[in-house]
Amino acid sequence: MKKSILQQGKWNPYVVGAGIGILSVLVFLIVDTPLGVSTTVAELGGAVLGLFEGRESVKAIDYWAKYPPAINYGLLFVIAMLVGAFVSAKIAGTFAVEMVPKLWSDRFGPGMGKRALAAFWGGFLLLFGARLAGGCTSGHGISGTLQLAVSGWVFFAVVMLSGIITARILFSSGSKTRNPQQS
Amino acid sequence: MNLPIDKSSTPGLVLAVFFGFIFGFLLDRGRVDRYEVIVNFFRFRDFTMLKIMLAAIVVGGIGVGILNAAEMVTLHIKDLSLGGLLIGGAVFGVGMVLLGYCPGTGIAAIGTGSVHGVIGFLGMIVGAIAYGVSYPWWKAHVLVLGDFGKVRLVDSGVPAVVCWIIILGIAAAILRGPVRKIERGR
Repeated sequence: MKKSILQQGKWNPYVVGAGIGILSVLVFLIVDTPLGVSTTVAELGGAVLGLFEGRESVKAIDYWAKYPPAINYGLLFVIAMLVGAFVSAKIAGTFAVEMVPKLWSDRFGPGMGKRALAAFWGGFLLLFGARLAGGCTSGHGISGTLQLAVSGWVFFAVVMLSGIITARILFSSGSKTRNPQQS
Repeated sequence: MNLPIDKSSTPGLVLAVFFGFIFGFLLDRGRVDRYEVIVNFFRFRDFTMLKIMLAAIVVGGIGVGILNAAEMVTLHIKDLSLGGLLIGGAVFGVGMVLLGYCPGTGIAAIGTGSVHGVIGFLGMIVGAIAYGVSYPWWKAHVLVLGDFGKVRLVDSGVPAVVCWIIILGIAAAILRGPVRKIERGR
């Protein structure tokens, strides 16, 4: 029995990309807001810090005076993203609890501790880097590049270069056999 | 109806949910919320992410470009601050391969059952706090380096249409050349 398009877990990447492109145009037109994620995570960081330090003292910090933590458009957008991915995976039957991804365990073993450490510091560097650069894959990589912003294209190029070098260091040494890709 | 809608109004917040849902749904169907898909892009083994990004940039860019020419949208250009972009981008690239997601796809991945994605998200929060607290230092020493302000490719004098022809040409050359060759080789 042929699966309907809604049940197919993998859509053509060009169709998905075009969809995200159209979505970008709609958000510019309708809410005057480029797609972006990392600003919202920065605001969430301020909210979390506020739990420990008190909200008022966080608001006194330069950075969160600029990006005050709040229940706003960005936060709802990000929560809805998570829900959208959940609904998509549930409909397609691809939802699966993943503790350690296969590619990782093939290379570094199935231990959760090592993976957790990499995931935590990976996330740390992601947000630190994104805020330093002023955006992430969505804010710079898609919204910036599509407006022909030089900053977006520079970010895109630097991330690619850095990621390629990191992947080379992490995955090439030690693996004697070039494992054929099974995707 | 007057556009744009105020994003802090109730309709704006409803739209945030709608747009976010669509974005998360599309990221999942594109499978870019999978660790392997992201990491294998940087290993030249899976070009899904590149295809999605290039398609999004071209379709979105032409759409926004036309609306901008018709004065129906406002552009939001981020500063070309080379200090922040080079260091931040390099740090971001390391984080993306370690975690196997970027911030958006990592959040989407949590919705598909990624437990290590949740740990990555906690790392993101702590990373955001670390940056926010140290922001005055970065602002004084790094963000000021090579700051050219809100520069666009068209400011070089090359018309937008020509920019898009060049971008499309390069994208097509990469996707039909090396990418296809590598994909055929497996």
